Amino acid sequence: MADKNEILAGLAEIVNEETGLEVEEVQSEKSFTEDLDIDSISMMTIVVNAEEKFDVKIPDEEVKNLATVGDAVDFIANAQG
Amino acid sequence: MTRRLVITGLGATTPIGGDVKTLWTNALAGTPGAKTLEHDWVEKYQLPVTFAAEVSIEPSEVLARPELRRMDRSTQLGMVAARQAWDDAGLSRPGDEGYDLDPERVAVSFATGIGGVWTLIDSWDTLRERGPRRVMPMTVPMLMPNGAAGAISLDLGAQGGARTAVSACASGVEALDVALEMLRKGDADVVLAGGTEAAIHPLPMAAFSSLQALSKRNDDPAAASRPYDRDRDGFVMGEGAGALVVETEEHAKARGATIYAELAGSAITSDAHHITAPDPKALGASRALRRALESAGAQLSEVTHINAHATSTPVGDKPEYAALKSVFGDHLENVCISATKSQTGHLLGAAGAVESVLTVKALHERRAPVTINLDHQDPEMPLDVVTGSPRELGDQQQVALCNSFGFGGHNAVAAFRTY
Repeated sequence: MADKNEILAGLAEIVNEETGLEVEEVQSEKSFTEDLDIDSISMMTIVVNAEEKFDVKIPDEEVKNLATVGDAVDFIANAQG
Repeated sequence: MTRRLVITGLGATTPIGGDVKTLWTNALAGTPGAKTLEHDWVEKYQLPVTFAAEVSIEPSEVLARPELRRMDRSTQLGMVAARQAWDDAGLSRPGDEGYDLDPERVAVSFATGIGGVWTLIDSWDTLRERGPRRVMPMTVPMLMPNGAAGAISLDLGAQGGARTAVSACASGVEALDVALEMLRKGDADVVLAGGTEAAIHPLPMAAFSSLQALSKRNDDPAAASRPYDRDRDGFVMGEGAGALVVETEEHAKARGATIYAELAGSAITSDAHHITAPDPKALGASRALRRALESAGAQLSEVTHINAHATSTPVGDKPEYAALKSVFGDHLENVCISATKSQTGHLLGAAGAVESVLTVKALHERRAPVTINLDHQDPEMPLDVVTGSPRELGDQQQVALCNSFGFGGHNAVAAFRTY
């Protein structure tokens, strides 16, 4: 079980691995598409890697609701809870 | 009136050099690219052939990590060569300062023999071992044979068409034929042409071994690729990519480009004889040679140099000799032959592209590169093969050819002229 700061840090690593963006760029209020320029293909890869890292399920229909990094952190925290 | 076409940029990543300068220096010196493979899969799968010619510079040393993750190795190598050629030509990309190309007049013709074989098989393993959720969403665009052409068109902002010739080991030269056709038709002003291959993977290694096509000289990889030698026993698997910027003379001159040579003509024929074996009478290869010369408006007497297909298989080298003899007759004595696969190994779908780069360099520098491992030339193929040191080609206007033949009965010949 990870707290939200740990989830954010883990997610930032996944985003960095997929896109090359610096981990410091990956902040809660950032939008995946608008701010981080992450396309749907990279988003799916990030989601699948996050599922494995945090041992949660993120259904495909839920992915479109994860607009910001914070949305994803909250979803993962709730799913773990 | 036929538009004159010229070569203004060259790029390559090969077993004997990660760029054209290194490739050319090594090709003149005579440098074997084949080595014993150090991958655990050689032992694991008990491969009968334990060596190959891998690229001397890994694409991971050149490309950024996020790019690498979205490209099959074959596209990675193609991208490295394409960018080199584009930069060498002094061309820019949309968004660059001073970008002055019409993107709709820029096209790509990028070939491969096999395409994304690593991606295809790795993702099958992923599916079986970890389930469908773990299969990467980029799997299809990474494995498709047009993956390199598409990725390169994106990188260069080329909107004039992105085509992929797929004709096994003839693919690289066929890419030039496609480029020539696009330019002569007037559909584009500039074409980035080339070919790539990254098939040093256990499956193709095992499959080519089953065909008895590969050299088994495991104890001496450097001596394994020996075209025209009486002791040749098969080709050596290689990987890499080559790229050439082909543009209309008018377009090249207008922007003050350096011109290496003219792409004077090309031709494609098919044997309709056997799916893998070459026609012993070499009728298809002969027709390809004649038609390429005709396409170039070249006389036999103009031809001074040929970069031969010459893969070092017992059955393959002879029909190419038969074709050359039937087309050139007595003039063949005046034509020097370089079999550069003796150094690079056989780059399959990239072979014709890398060898075209070498042919253009030979004309531009007026020296033909060497053939190594020719210890006892097969008396049935009395060709003037360049060995030992490079051959000076002289100052006159002259034509050089690059031959590529492939499984499926594909024959492709490109003709270049000094400029």
